[in-house]
Order: sequence, then C-alpha cells, then structure tokens
Amino acid sequence: MSIPLESPEAGSNPDLRVAITGGTSGLGLALVREWRARGARVAFVARNRGRVERTAAQEGAFGIVGDVSQKDEIYPIATQMLGSLGGLDVLVNNASSLGPTPLALLGDTDCEDFAEAIATNLLGPFRLTKALLGALAASAREGRGSVVLNISSDAAVTPYPRWGAYGASKAALLHMSRIWHAELMPDGIRVLALDPGDMDTPLHALAVPDSDPAELLRPEVAAARLADAIAAELAAKRSASAPLAPQGSEA
Amino acid sequence: MIAASVPVQRPADAKLLVIDPRQRISHLPRASFVELLRPNDLVVANDAATLPASLQGMHVRTEIQVEVRLAGRRSLNVDDVTHFDAIIFGEGDFRTPTEQRASPPTLLPGDRIRLGPLRAVIERLLDHPRLVSLEFAGTPGEIWSGLARHGRPIQYAHVATPLALWDVWTSHAALPVAFEPPSAGFPLNWRVRADIRARGAKFATLTHAAGISSTGDPELDRKLPFDEPYYIPRSTAEELRIGKACGGRVIAIGTTVVRALEHAASLRAVVEGGFGIASQRIGPQSALRAVDAILSGVHEPGTSHYELLRAFVDNDTLERASGELEAHGYKTHEFGDSVLVERSAVKDRGESNTSMRRGTVRAAG
Repeated sequence: MSIPLESPEAGSNPDLRVAITGGTSGLGLALVREWRARGARVAFVARNRGRVERTAAQEGAFGIVGDVSQKDEIYPIATQMLGSLGGLDVLVNNASSLGPTPLALLGDTDCEDFAEAIATNLLGPFRLTKALLGALAASAREGRGSVVLNISSDAAVTPYPRWGAYGASKAALLHMSRIWHAELMPDGIRVLALDPGDMDTPLHALAVPDSDPAELLRPEVAAARLADAIAAELAAKRSASAPLAPQGSEA
Repeated sequence: MIAASVPVQRPADAKLLVIDPRQRISHLPRASFVELLRPNDLVVANDAATLPASLQGMHVRTEIQVEVRLAGRRSLNVDDVTHFDAIIFGEGDFRTPTEQRASPPTLLPGDRIRLGPLRAVIERLLDHPRLVSLEFAGTPGEIWSGLARHGRPIQYAHVATPLALWDVWTSHAALPVAFEPPSAGFPLNWRVRADIRARGAKFATLTHAAGISSTGDPELDRKLPFDEPYYIPRSTAEELRIGKACGGRVIAIGTTVVRALEHAASLRAVVEGGFGIASQRIGPQSALRAVDAILSGVHEPGTSHYELLRAFVDNDTLERASGELEAHGYKTHEFGDSVLVERSAVKDRGESNTSMRRGTVRAAG
C-alpha cells in the first residue's frame, strides 16, 4: 500500500519525540528535516561521524554515531535516544541495506551480502524496537500515542529478480511489523510498515544507476507524507477513532 | 543466603514467598504471581532504564586507575547531566568484592578524572572521602554519548560474567536514569503484563532514579538510600485514584516504587502526577498511605530494602520469613527470587502509628 496523498493533519507536533535510523541521507535526512520543521525533538543515528555531526548541527537534531546492524551498538544507541529525548513517541526504522551492489541474482549473491541485508533491514529494527518498546509503551500509557514506522518497499511484496537479499529482508520486516502491530494493540503502540515509493535517493541510485531522477519521488515529498500519516495515527490514538491499516493488512 | 550468580531475569524455577495481610507465610512458584491479583488491583513498576553508571578511568593528578560509580543526580531533566554524585573506587573492577576494593587516591576538590572519552572534575567531597560531586565537561549530547559508549552497568562480584545493558534493562525500561537496575521488575515481561490485563487488574509505571544499593563501605552504606528524583505520570496518578475508588490494591514492584508513591502521598492526601525528590527513609515507624503490597527481591536484615519491609509487617513476621527463605534455599540479589509482602491488617499499632519522618520530606520540585 502506498501512503495517501491527502494529509488529514499536517499541523505541527511541538511535543513529539522522534528517533530515526539512517538520518544523514535520502529519506532519513528528509524525515529529520520534516519533523524538525514541525517542531518535534529529533534524535537520529548513522554510521559516519562527520556526516552525523554536520546533520546534527544543521538541523538542530541530536546525532548519534552508530550502526544498527551491530548487536553491541543497539543499547548504546537506545540509551542516547532515550536520554537525549527524555522518552520516545515515534521510532522510524529507515536505515536499509541493498545487499549486493550492483544488484545480483540470488544465485550470484554472496552469503555475506545476504546476511548484511538481513542484519540491517530486519535484525537491527527488531533489536532497536525491542530495546525501545518499554519507552514506547510508557508514552502510550501517558496518552501521547506511540508509533513504530518501518520503512518498507514494493520489493517486500513483489518478487523482483535481482532484488533477492533486499526483497527477502523487507518482506520479513513487513511480516514482523504486522505481527508486532497485532501483539502491541492492547498496549496502544502502532507498528506500521509503509512503502514511500521509488525515491531519488543514494540507495535508489545504487540499485538503479540509469534511472531518471525526474521520474522519481523527491524524498522530502515522501517525508512529508509519512509525517502526515504518523500525525494521523497519533491523532487517531488521542481521539480513539479508527487507525490506518498497516501495509499488507486485510483491512 | 545464596546470591543469584547467573544474569537471567526470569529463571524458570524462581520462587516467591508470600506474606498475606494476616502475616501468614506461603511459598509459590514466582510464575504464579499474577494469580494472586484481583480485578481493580493496580501493579505499579519503576520504568527507569539502567544507566551504564560504572566508568573506568584515571585520576589525573596521581595517575592512579579508578572506577567511578555514578550514584545520584539532582533531577530527571534530560539536559541536566553535567552534575552527578559519585562513589570512587581504587584500582580493580567488579570481580573484587567491594568490601576488599582498594581505596582511591586522596580526592580533592578540583581533581580531574579522565574516563574514556569523558572528562570530569571533582567539585567537592560529600561528607565522605570517596563520595564526591562530579562535573562533566561537554554538551549534554557529548556526555550522553560518552556514558553510552564507555560506561558499563554497575555490578557486583557475585555475578561472574560482565553484565551488558540488555541484562539489566527491564522489559518496561523507558528513561535511562537508574544507577542500578530496578530489579524487582525483572519478573515482569510482555506476557505477564497481558496476564495482568486478563485478570482485570491494571499496570502503570512511574520513573524513579534508583540509586546504589550497597557500596561495601559500612559508613557509606549507612547514608543509603540517597535522595532520589522521581516522576509520576498523570495517567498513573489517575489509575491510582480509580483503583482506590474501586477497592483495588496498589502493588508496588520494588522499593523504589514504594519510596516514590509514599513520598508523593506524604505531600498531599491524593497522589498527584509530577516530579519530586524522595528523601525519606521508610522503616518500622512509617505509616503507608499509598501502597498495599510490595513485590521485591530477597533482602538480608540490615539493608535499607529490608528496613522498608518493616513498614508492611512486624518484626516477628519478617524474622520468620527470613528463616523460611533460608530453609527453602531462596536466592538473594538482582537475579534472585522474590517476596510479595502485603500490608498487615494485624501489625502491632503501637509500632506503626507514628507518622513518617516529615522533617526529611522536601517539597516536590
């Protein structure tokens, strides 16, 4: 499912606390900017120290140097996110790995590249979400609402040749999101997997080097739509009206 | 008693000693804790996540290796991470029991301490040669980053393997402000919280900056617990009000929850949401205003945790319980077994009818 064009609520979110993985380029950076523009407190994590420091200074966000694909880095990242934001309302698992680049047929994919895609796109979001789940539940109990947004892809549902590592990991992420969404419903936490569409980002350029940027969605447009979708979720939580259906749900 | 030495939060064979309101003692598997709950009961846990509060480094003036254990903070404000109270140990690490640890070099105001990426200065000594007020250099972001990357959870010699944060964060851990884990919450996981709901009981949290439980120094231990900041969400205050109105019990998960709720209840007739600093000691003389029962770890006589239980039941009962804990091989410390103590309906009134030491209670900040 693509997210709707119409924005039910595009207002500012001054008391919102948002954490974003992969926040120094592409969609992640656009999301940092979008939520900062809406007045939210934002923490983000990325691997390159120089880029983290530059983005933090430019956007007025809290920058964390770390790699979500590494198990030992998850708790230091979570500690800094919760410490700097004083709690958490929205977690965006955005950091993604394509696996082999250039893209390869599965039979030609090195096991190490496949494992890296799984570590970044599935294990990282699982571990980080799990570490932050207590804080998200606290936020929900306080009536603030709380949302986990996992960035999905049409490759999670369509078996595109040469997208095996990425597609398989995103399919697993989508299914994990749906199960978690069902399990956490009574706790007031929404877990969404949304597909922003094909965007003009470094990741897309790596995957499809000869694509025409003019035909691709600008990441800032996708970021605004996603922020609107989250705002609608939080508003739905507060007014107890019907939530958006997550990607791939039966509703 | 035996110290639990394996860092497993929910061992399958964990035991629970129950003291009921008539001061009768029984034994259950801890997994059946939820079956003791009734509709409208409110289970309140401390959702503080545990800081990596043990920092190895060097006392710059003497070039002697030290371990700094952060032990106190004046508020829960996210940007207020420049100043910490801390206990300083000499060379060595947690593998040496704290009682046998080397003393640090003589500590003086103005001394610099280098802790990995962190730089700190001793502002002043706090009535003890090893207890100091530290000021960290840098922005709150740099301090959070330094703590997260360089710090380790505080641990003691009875657990042989180095602890990681995932060993000590409860499943409801939210704000990283505890100096040692609020380990009474270890038995609770997502499944248990679903079971609590299924019984018609409720689950709520507060945040209390749980301090150090013991230091290995009798003189320092007598100062425990230090003043501890806490935060009670409005939603929790509301659940407390509803629970009371419906005749439910308030079951505190751990001594920190008792300390926070009783502090708040000493200020006003009804517990309200907001920030406060728990500065009181709870013991045999304390009247309990907010809490009906406590689920806690197994504590030995003489500790501040044990003293707190004396507010719930009389001394004879606690002594009987200690005998039973010993006889049944209960394990102590963070990863040990549990006790559930319900406030006695028959406790000797002559012992408990004086009010809490109000002189030590500070206004909520």
